Amino acid sequence: MLPGDPLARVLTIDLSAQRFEIAERRDLFEESLGGAGVAVRILEEECPRDADPLGPENPIVFAVGPLVGLFPLASKTVAMFKSPHTGNLGESHAGGRSATSIRLAGYGAIVIRGASPSPTYLVIDGDRVHFRDASALWGLQSSATVGRVLREREAGSGHRSILRIGPAGERRVSYAGVITETYRHFGRLGLGAVFGSKRLKAIVIVGRRSLPVADPVSYRRVYDALYEAATASPMMRKYHDLGTPMNVLPLNELGALPTRNLCEARFDGAAAISGEALAEGFLGRRLACSHCPVACIHLAALRTPHPKEPYFYKTSMLAYDYELIYALGSMLGMGDPTSLLLLMDEAEAQGLDAISTGVSLAWATEARERGLVSDQDLDGVRLAWGDGVAYRDAVRRIVSQPTDLYRALARGVDAAAAAYGGEDFALAFGGNEMAGYHTGPAGYLGFLVGARHSHLDNAGYAIDQKRLATGLPAADDAIIDEIVAEEEWRQVLASLVVCFFARGLYTPDVTRDALACAGIEANEARLREIGTETLQRKWAFKRHCGFDPASLRLPERIFETPSPSGTIDRSVVEAHLRQFAERTTATPP
Amino acid sequence: MAKRLSVIDVDRCVGCQLCIYACARREGHAGTEGARIDVRSAGGMRRGFVVIVCRACDDPPCARACTTGALVPRDGGGVRWAADQCTACGACREACPFGAIQRDSEDHPLVCVYCGTCARYCPHGVLALEEIERSDDAAR
Ligand code: SF4
Ligand code: SF4
Repeated sequence: MLPGDPLARVLTIDLSAQRFEIAERRDLFEESLGGAGVAVRILEEECPRDADPLGPENPIVFAVGPLVGLFPLASKTVAMFKSPHTGNLGESHAGGRSATSIRLAGYGAIVIRGASPSPTYLVIDGDRVHFRDASALWGLQSSATVGRVLREREAGSGHRSILRIGPAGERRVSYAGVITETYRHFGRLGLGAVFGSKRLKAIVIVGRRSLPVADPVSYRRVYDALYEAATASPMMRKYHDLGTPMNVLPLNELGALPTRNLCEARFDGAAAISGEALAEGFLGRRLACSHCPVACIHLAALRTPHPKEPYFYKTSMLAYDYELIYALGSMLGMGDPTSLLLLMDEAEAQGLDAISTGVSLAWATEARERGLVSDQDLDGVRLAWGDGVAYRDAVRRIVSQPTDLYRALARGVDAAAAAYGGEDFALAFGGNEMAGYHTGPAGYLGFLVGARHSHLDNAGYAIDQKRLATGLPAADDAIIDEIVAEEEWRQVLASLVVCFFARGLYTPDVTRDALACAGIEANEARLREIGTETLQRKWAFKRHCGFDPASLRLPERIFETPSPSGTIDRSVVEAHLRQFAERTTATPP
Repeated sequence: MAKRLSVIDVDRCVGCQLCIYACARREGHAGTEGARIDVRSAGGMRRGFVVIVCRACDDPPCARACTTGALVPRDGGGVRWAADQCTACGACREACPFGAIQRDSEDHPLVCVYCGTCARYCPHGVLALEEIERSDDAAR
């Protein structure tokens, strides 16, 4: 690490004592780079094994990496905490301006401890931390309003990040997210609920400093090569033009788009909610995370009439992504794009993770059809496929929780199915609701064995797709190795912290050259070692929290609905899981 | 002929800030400090962005506001900064109606040098380095 690089500085803020301190932790950053690698080590240090995820003892760790502020697409912040949703490792990643603001405020990591006695927001501006009263912001109906107020009130426009929660976080829905820059999210695994439990409404981080480089000439050379590769790569066009919703039609064609709670894997309404249709009908603007040329964030401009006043319209700008189109669209049989966008808007205003929300509502719809839950349980909301008004009413009730059923749904589909039955069609893996890929066995193994039970952990679904395209068998003994190898390499990217969309650009050699500019020596072997170690630490943390891969639940539905790789065989998935369980009982580092 | 930086299509700006990083990189470091260009949202990202650059005015108000002669009008428009004359008083920053003069950590003005580096790194065709053509040239 170069002299004068503030990467090793860790800011710890204690909300109970309203104090903060800054420590120099070169050990962490030298051994584990940053991001996920460093965050999991701080979590080990800070989080007691038996911590209540919603207790003051659960820390929140944000970490960035050495390439942030230096190179394009090093644009993510990793958040780690104990998840109130799964009771074990909580990790989510977000971009926006969060990573550059943290790094350019002069930190590699920020740790939040304790809990505030009353609603608070924090302002981190260089070496100063302000604890501000948020009691007037608590209870605001929309997460967007919080952003608007803080934008006006606080300094640093253009060079800051505003992280905030909505009503769902305040009410501790176990999959409430944290929103940053209005359109990016620490979505999964309930960071918003942890904020809420600490009465932490928002964090404003202002950062605008310089960072040293080892040699300006080679820095510019490595920069230019990366910049040119990024802007010339097909990845750039792909994610810029349609963004992730480009996947809707191909996955539907393949028969891998989970539809109506995965009763089917093709959606008759897919064309109307595809990336193409949304771009043509609604695309209003594209945005980029700070220091990213791609600009994959797509905003739909939605014009809606006032319910009472004639000739009165409002135009909302809503971000849409593949995962939202799946979870709140095909999964709920929502083929009308306007209703779908309005439902996305509601989930966003409440500050809920869209995937967990959609999958929970899909289960509830089927449970109602089968008579497992009554209209009384649903507080009179008559959930039915494609009924956007009913779904919006239900989203609000997941947050206000008027009945036992909504209280259960506010803890996710596992909790709801445990209380009301219907586990066969409760689509969560390791406690986390599934992402939109019914591609085959590797996809599901990926969800099951991923440390966050997220599709992004290891992209098992991409292994299915590759095998389909090349005619390889869907499941042989190699797939667990492939999944783990991918997850290990992704630990390196998540430690640097590079956007996963740029994984093709940051090859081991390019990464080595980029790190050299920051004065860090790491060849491919060393990088891979860091990846392996980081993943092992995550597994050790999960074990300490009582997680056992042998106890993973496999909902029958995934074996009923045929996938493009054929009907998935339960015994094959179980055999791979046993193979995996043996691996993870290895001794922790 | 003198050149200046021009915002040719602000609607295409995605707020990536690559222009800011590019300008800062000219100083031989990373990060955003020292950049002479700024990008911020137009009141929330939903409304898009404002890209703040020096317009290379013909009769620059910043130079008129400078009492020490540290900002010298350039032939053809814009200004040049003479570090040794500058007292870091901030009058030039106040005088620019666009807010196009940034400041460094010691409050010195950061003035565009019209090099076009930022434009070369704008991936979305928002910025360009242009020849200055003054419509009033003939009248003068
Ligand atoms: S033209 Fe040169 S000095 Fe002016 S803002 Fe662009 S990069 Fe900076
Ligand atoms: S590089 Fe171009 S698109 Fe990016 S912020 Fe600057 S002007 Fe906007």
